[in-house]
Amino acid sequence: MKILVPVKRVIDYNVKARVKSDQSGVDLANVKMSMNPFCEIAVEEAIRIKEKGGAEEIIAVSIGPIQAQETIRTALAMGADRGILIQTDADPEPLEVAKLLKAVALAEGPGLILMGKQAIDGDNNAVGQMLSALLDWPQATFASKIEIDGAVVRVTREVDGGLQTLELDLPAVVTADLRLNEPRYASLPNIMKAKKKTIDIKTADDFGGLAAGHLKVAKVTEPARRVAGVKVENAAELVARLKTEAGVI
Amino acid sequence: MAVLVVADHDNLSLKDNTHKTVTAALALSGDVDVLVAGQGVAAVAAHAAKITGVRKVLTAESDALGKLIAEAVSSCITPLMAGYDAVLVPATSAGKNFAPRIAALLDVAPISEIIQVVDANTFVRPIYAGNALETVTSSDAKKVITVRATAFKAAEEGGSASIEAVDAGPGAPKTRFVADEIVKSDRPELAAAKIVVSGGRAMGSAEEFHRVIEPLADKLGAAVGASRAAVDAGYAPNDYQVGQTGKVVAPQLYIAIGISGAIQHLAGMKDSKVIVAINKDADAPIFQVADYGLVADYKSAVPELMAALSAAGL
Repeated sequence: MKILVPVKRVIDYNVKARVKSDQSGVDLANVKMSMNPFCEIAVEEAIRIKEKGGAEEIIAVSIGPIQAQETIRTALAMGADRGILIQTDADPEPLEVAKLLKAVALAEGPGLILMGKQAIDGDNNAVGQMLSALLDWPQATFASKIEIDGAVVRVTREVDGGLQTLELDLPAVVTADLRLNEPRYASLPNIMKAKKKTIDIKTADDFGGLAAGHLKVAKVTEPARRVAGVKVENAAELVARLKTEAGVI
Repeated sequence: MAVLVVADHDNLSLKDNTHKTVTAALALSGDVDVLVAGQGVAAVAAHAAKITGVRKVLTAESDALGKLIAEAVSSCITPLMAGYDAVLVPATSAGKNFAPRIAALLDVAPISEIIQVVDANTFVRPIYAGNALETVTSSDAKKVITVRATAFKAAEEGGSASIEAVDAGPGAPKTRFVADEIVKSDRPELAAAKIVVSGGRAMGSAEEFHRVIEPLADKLGAAVGASRAAVDAGYAPNDYQVGQTGKVVAPQLYIAIGISGAIQHLAGMKDSKVIVAINKDADAPIFQVADYGLVADYKSAVPELMAALSAAGL
């Protein structure tokens, strides 16, 4: 079985996003970019499935600028086998991303698509679900445990109030949540080895083209700031203020 | 223009998120229907029919809908969209699971977690973990929208809409439900609680988290939350997580204990009415958003707080 792992290059998790003064978007010039953390968890899980003999090949695919090769290279250094970059300077919407990934899936024929539940830039939490619907493959989002068992996959999912376990026929789309695993650091020998692995650079036209988006961003603004309040001396003062001043207890 | 709201419920009771999503829907149109998709939902539908401003309640029932299987819910709703210009879904884990599928099946762009309706085509939503707000205009004739319920006031009750059954759809032939492990708790639900007590990485262990956070929460009748760092470290289950990657809460009182205030955590609680922070690091970013800050080690501060609450008759 092949596992397809879509990965996204986003602003680094530890960097605070700053809104551009012309309100046209978030300033990404000279900002550290990394693999989306949820994608990293998906890559790690794919590798663990392969290590247990559940898959033969892991393909990392990214849609983005030429620098997204670095993101794919990170996946290769962790243990993915080869990469595909669909190079575009556009910032495609989830629907367009799902359509391109559908075309990649149909070309590659993976048994499992394993991806992050959301990217930490757009915070849409949509592509996995849309890809599943477009392919008419079953889906399990927000996975905290994945077990491949022959022609099915059992996925334990994070839901409101606890966990839900589903069994899906393969091929299927599964999205990773935070507690699925702790991604490994790539070792130096593996980073060196990854340099020899193949990344195919393609365009959107190779996968059916990139349609115009359906959404227009009118503006991007800073959220209203909360103003820091007062420091209290001790717990007794805190309780007194919560009771009389704030009236919340 | 007619709008369909998908009710948030657990087959037994209707959740307040539904009322809040109805408010968002009423900002788009006066013709708002509510769909209750589940199994054995007569009581939930009867409750939804009382929400003021609701024109009609639709019910769809099957085993797969009762388990909120995404394929079943989306294939039930998509044909109904012939009669609606927009569907609004509370951005719960269930709603986030099925809503984008409806958009894909309709070939439209989903609009995730709106916090404001500007006009019938324009919405505001947080991006970058709440560090920026994006105003987007959709050119789609039909819209699929998830709603961050905490950003909207709950619609009142007092109506008496009619209730009508609709087709449940083809279910989820390639997906089977295996098991649910829903944690039974006497505490209020995190997303709906009036008071939330959250613990962070400073707790140091799951045992310490239980020992410190839970008694305080119980004393206040509060829900328990956790920072992503505490969840990552295994001190608390994921469904306690407050933040951009977890739950977004806006209680009357939010008490953050041993939480530094990473931006992704702040995104999940900064709309709380009153924020209290207890942290021994006076420079922790949490103090920049806290109405009341107590610079102290939680190990001494929480017992003192418990005692002060008792002294105050709580």
